[in-house]
Amino acid sequence: MLAKRIIPCLDIKDGRTVKGTNFVNLRDAGDPVELAANYAQQGADELVFLDITATVERRKTLAELVKRVAHTINIPFTVGGGIKTVDDVSVLLNNGADKISINTAAYNNPDVITDIANTAGSQCVVLAIDTKKEEDGEWYVYLHGGRTKTETKCFDWAKRAVDLGAGEILLTSMNHDGTKAGFALDITKQLSENLPIPVIASGGGGKMEHFADVFLQAHADAALAASVFHFKEIEIPELKHFLQQRNLAIRI
Amino acid sequence: MNLAIIKYNAGNIQSVLTALERLGVNAEVTDDAEKIKTADKVIFPGVGEASSAMKSLQHTNLDKVIKELKQPVLGICVGMQLLCEYSEENDTTCLGIVPVKVQKFSAQRSTLKVPQVGWNTIYELRSDLFNDIQENSYIYNVHSYFAEDSEYTIAKCDYGLEYAAAVNKDNFYGVQFHTEKSAGIGDRIIQNFLNL
Repeated sequence: MLAKRIIPCLDIKDGRTVKGTNFVNLRDAGDPVELAANYAQQGADELVFLDITATVERRKTLAELVKRVAHTINIPFTVGGGIKTVDDVSVLLNNGADKISINTAAYNNPDVITDIANTAGSQCVVLAIDTKKEEDGEWYVYLHGGRTKTETKCFDWAKRAVDLGAGEILLTSMNHDGTKAGFALDITKQLSENLPIPVIASGGGGKMEHFADVFLQAHADAALAASVFHFKEIEIPELKHFLQQRNLAIRI
Repeated sequence: MNLAIIKYNAGNIQSVLTALERLGVNAEVTDDAEKIKTADKVIFPGVGEASSAMKSLQHTNLDKVIKELKQPVLGICVGMQLLCEYSEENDTTCLGIVPVKVQKFSAQRSTLKVPQVGWNTIYELRSDLFNDIQENSYIYNVHSYFAEDSEYTIAKCDYGLEYAAAVNKDNFYGVQFHTEKSAGIGDRIIQNFLNL
């Protein structure tokens, strides 16, 4: 059986991990490569690196980081943040990234999804969607890290992205992100059950039970979280045993 | 050891090279027929589409070179599919080294999502390629097409239906999964190939 995936996410700025981390055994908790290796060791199924660097040097710094990660860890990893063109993608893939994640740039220029899929394959295109449930009860797409609202509904954009060639959807609920109150089960379920590609749920995972809920109730293919792993509020081996006991297919 | 990675128009060659470097093994990525013929071992990687990959091989005559290789050859993902007879992907005649057909996961054949992305288990392992690998070990997959189960199957996987996760005929080995991304199990399989 195909296993449900557990994916820690690392936010990167100028080649370093930002947000705090609480890894006692690491010499340098800010080094993304060391953190990544630690997560791989603990049984993470994949990793996501999200680059939030704004400087002009960022592409070079990121490419160097990707190369170091690829030479260190033996599980797949996705790199996102500021990717706009096929050339941006080529640099990252040539340095060893397995997939790229694209968000605002894809919304503004949907053809780039097709361009990347045609050059590198759909399997490496992860479409990230930040979505928020409004008072009308509908989920809308937000851009620019959640700062800009659009009038597009989340499901419509996700469906169109699939047709354009996206290989996976990374769905972050802004209503749930940072709350540790559980994932957005309704929109995750809608996408998981109606799209022919895998859906990664993100935002709100605070307890092990939340991960079980998003897999069992919302049928997510993977679940992503950051600080609960960084601060060791949830340990990956413990989480995976917990999920396995709930009769989920989990790689131990 | 003299290890060659076949260079052609297919993605993922870099990640195979990186995996080997991680294991402390030097390899050369090359499309030079002489270098490929004289290598101790050959790795034939690939991510992408079968018909354009075949055209790329034919264009450089590497299709003939590969068929005549006598040393251990390991095809990975699309590399494995190209070792087969035929692929449904754009109706492609492949190298025909392993006489099995490559089919597409589809709604009729499986109700699951396509491509298969993620970790699944391999079982009924029967090859030195899987020395010290336990039955039902998890390996990482990304694919929409699969090789049918046959007498050449050396590992099986189940994704709505049972298919060949790995094949072997004579000196040719193929794995559908990404052994270079399959954590310690994957590293061990690469090491086993290098030890053949």
